Amino acid sequence: MRHFLIRALKKPFTAVLVAILIGFLVGAVTLAVGGYDPGRGYGLLVTGIFSSTRRTMQVLVNAVPIIMTGLAVSFAVRTGMFNIGADGQFILGQVTGAVIGYYVPLPPILHPIFILLCAFAIGGLYAAFAAFLKNRFGIHEVISTIMLNWIAYYFMNFVVNMKSVKVPGSQHSPEILDTAKITFFSREFRTTAEGEALIARQPWLESLIRTDAGYAILVMIAVTLLLWVVLKYTRIGFELRAVGYNYYAAEFAAMPVKRNALLSMFISGGTAALGGAMLVMSTSYFISMLGATEGYGWDGISVALIAGSHPIGCVFAGLLYSGLKLGGTEIQSRMGAPTEIINIMIGVLVLCIAFAPALPRLAERLERKE
Amino acid sequence: MELDKRATGPDSVFAVEMCGISKSFGSLKALDNVDLSVRKGTIHALLGENGAGKSTLMKILYGLYTKDSGEIRIMGQACDIKNPKQAIAQGIGMVHQHFMLVENMTIAENIVLGKEMTRSLGRLDREKMNRTIREFGEQFGLEVDPEDTIMDVSVATQQRVEILKALYRGADILILDEPTAVLTPQEIDNLIVTMQRLVESGKTVIIITHKLKEIMASSEYCTIIRRGKVIDTVRVDQVTEKDLASMMVGREVMLTTDKKEAEPGQIIMEIQDLTVKDNRGIEKVKDLSLHVRRGEILAIAGVDGNGQTELIEAITGLRKSEKGSIIVNGQHIENGHPADTHRSGIRTIHEDRHKRGLVLDFQVGENLILESYKQNRFRGRSRLLSWKKINDYANKQIDRYDIRPSGCALQRAKELSGGNQQKVIVARTVEQEPDLLVACQPTRGLDVGAIEYVRNALVQQRDQGRAVLLISYELDEVMDIADRINVIYNGRIVADLDPAETDEQAIGLLMAGGSQ
Repeated sequence: MRHFLIRALKKPFTAVLVAILIGFLVGAVTLAVGGYDPGRGYGLLVTGIFSSTRRTMQVLVNAVPIIMTGLAVSFAVRTGMFNIGADGQFILGQVTGAVIGYYVPLPPILHPIFILLCAFAIGGLYAAFAAFLKNRFGIHEVISTIMLNWIAYYFMNFVVNMKSVKVPGSQHSPEILDTAKITFFSREFRTTAEGEALIARQPWLESLIRTDAGYAILVMIAVTLLLWVVLKYTRIGFELRAVGYNYYAAEFAAMPVKRNALLSMFISGGTAALGGAMLVMSTSYFISMLGATEGYGWDGISVALIAGSHPIGCVFAGLLYSGLKLGGTEIQSRMGAPTEIINIMIGVLVLCIAFAPALPRLAERLERKE
Repeated sequence: MELDKRATGPDSVFAVEMCGISKSFGSLKALDNVDLSVRKGTIHALLGENGAGKSTLMKILYGLYTKDSGEIRIMGQACDIKNPKQAIAQGIGMVHQHFMLVENMTIAENIVLGKEMTRSLGRLDREKMNRTIREFGEQFGLEVDPEDTIMDVSVATQQRVEILKALYRGADILILDEPTAVLTPQEIDNLIVTMQRLVESGKTVIIITHKLKEIMASSEYCTIIRRGKVIDTVRVDQVTEKDLASMMVGREVMLTTDKKEAEPGQIIMEIQDLTVKDNRGIEKVKDLSLHVRRGEILAIAGVDGNGQTELIEAITGLRKSEKGSIIVNGQHIENGHPADTHRSGIRTIHEDRHKRGLVLDFQVGENLILESYKQNRFRGRSRLLSWKKINDYANKQIDRYDIRPSGCALQRAKELSGGNQQKVIVARTVEQEPDLLVACQPTRGLDVGAIEYVRNALVQQRDQGRAVLLISYELDEVMDIADRINVIYNGRIVADLDPAETDEQAIGLLMAGGSQ
């Protein structure tokens, strides 16, 4: 038993499980202190996620943007860059999606592809600029990307506010053309008789028809696998990881370290921007004046932390994150408990994961006692 | 070799007795039931390979580590030392390998730090301080100028300051951790004289070292520790260097490297009038010229800080030069990138293996291909990296270069011992068959067995017609394997010598800035 415990403690995955457990415990205490029944709360959380396939699909749909920003942060971290700027890159992706989605008429399949390429390039270059500042002037990327976040945020408001963009009488840009939308079924289809009939005939399609499920999910999976392969199986990925672990050794081994910093940030920023563009193309359809950023990039940092910066881990971390958020709204609407309790849980979870390195040491302690 | 009991005179007491000391770090048993008795008024050497536990034992004595079990007696009195403060109170002083001095304060200030002499209102009494320190130094033959600032004085003087600091705090038992690592031969001789003077005045000295020669020259007794256990305590005048070496390593070792006559060929690298500045803008390499030929080992001998670091950085493309040229195989590589240096046929074993030599969080296999990952043999049919091929290659290298534990391709480099980490670097470097192998301090911190291994590898390179440029601060190493010696002092090559026609004393003098 004890041997098993010691061996389990040394596995990085155990840390994640322990963190999740502690997160739930703290959440339960918080609920109880607030005068709510924790058992019922968690019951609602679970049914909120799993009571119907449509709800579960909604978790997946909501997870796509934060998985993308999570991937962006993870990729940069693995290569030694702390990209705090995923938020700004995500926002630029949203702007790209909204602008090209409306102003550049293109045939159906081509249109989304063109938007994705542009978003990747724009977000990538924006992030690479931070790497350039680091290479050239020694400005740390944490400082520069935080500042670039603000620039992106105000830039979006500026674009929405332009006379030629803002829809009169509203606070948002025009809805993108239908050719640029990437959901499997259009929103209108949900309420048509034809749609109702299809759902009646094929109930399993409901989760696809009545949510914003679309090709974004497939793109997300493809990007995840691609980033994983790049890191693990390519020479560039080998170089990037070497730089990430030990800049000086990589430089000494004659690897192009400065070029790699640019490349790593370009890929990271591009990935975040893809997330932003896909959010516009599958859910929001336009961009709005905002009083604060929606924080997809910041959520991405949490996702990357929970995932241990592993691309495939990001998918599961993103799903957990999004599941908790969606289940949290259920706790609020059915019990009246504030969703902040869910935010506290997520916060505790991330905090506990930060303690993960302590677990193997705990294991060693136990071993010594034997 | 039992301790000679009859030599124990009536007045000979043990200054330090450590009985049954054990200490573990995690699952590693660093010390296992160790006994050590040090006679008052002797110089007692602690000999052992790296990681044998000798430093750990002394850190326990000085209160830096706590022992798991065992007993310590100082001058016959049992005592429990929990921290350095208690150790100092017991009259124990320790001079660490890395000096702990305040660089921009004077010698006197450093020595009295924490025990300052003051006049009324807490004003420092500098005059009294300087006078006291000067007299105090003369008393032990450790002359220093109390008014000099630490950063302006030599390493040897800094060491004296450290010793004086310990004595000033009332040390009767002085522990010196690897005291000679940073000194020139003359300075080492001086240190030995100093130690003997200390002993004459009733002090007890324990030195931690793995240099056999110095033990023979300085110590009365020597305790050999191997893998956390005491192998033996011997009277130094009753053993030979070879005895000590084999007790330390646990097998027969060759103290000198066997090699045949060099057959120098054409010039591979020629450096002309090279000038390089350090980060502070000070010229560290000044109009330096040298050349290396195929089939020879050229050693650059010198004390640390005479421009070696900047020279290497200029050769490896990490630092720009002010003027001059570095020509390798006909190509200019000065002011280039590390990649240019690689292309010209140079590979380098860096002196800092943790910072530059290895990616410690990478697996051993990944480290073995750190400079050759671009080769097609590591790719599969899909053009992607094939980890099967990489690990097969790594395991072959691990076998061939005897990197331990065997089959460690998937282990992280940081889990290996220092010697095996260095073998990884040597394997990687040698496998690329460079025209010129630059080796900086390639045996630093390694034990006798690993040193033997690395030196043989360098000689083999030479025998295969390649050139080797060895930069070493250890004269022993230079004398052992060099075919030609260039002495560097103050950024210049001050002598080009044939090892057969010179000796350590002459080189030591040149290293310290003297003339031939």
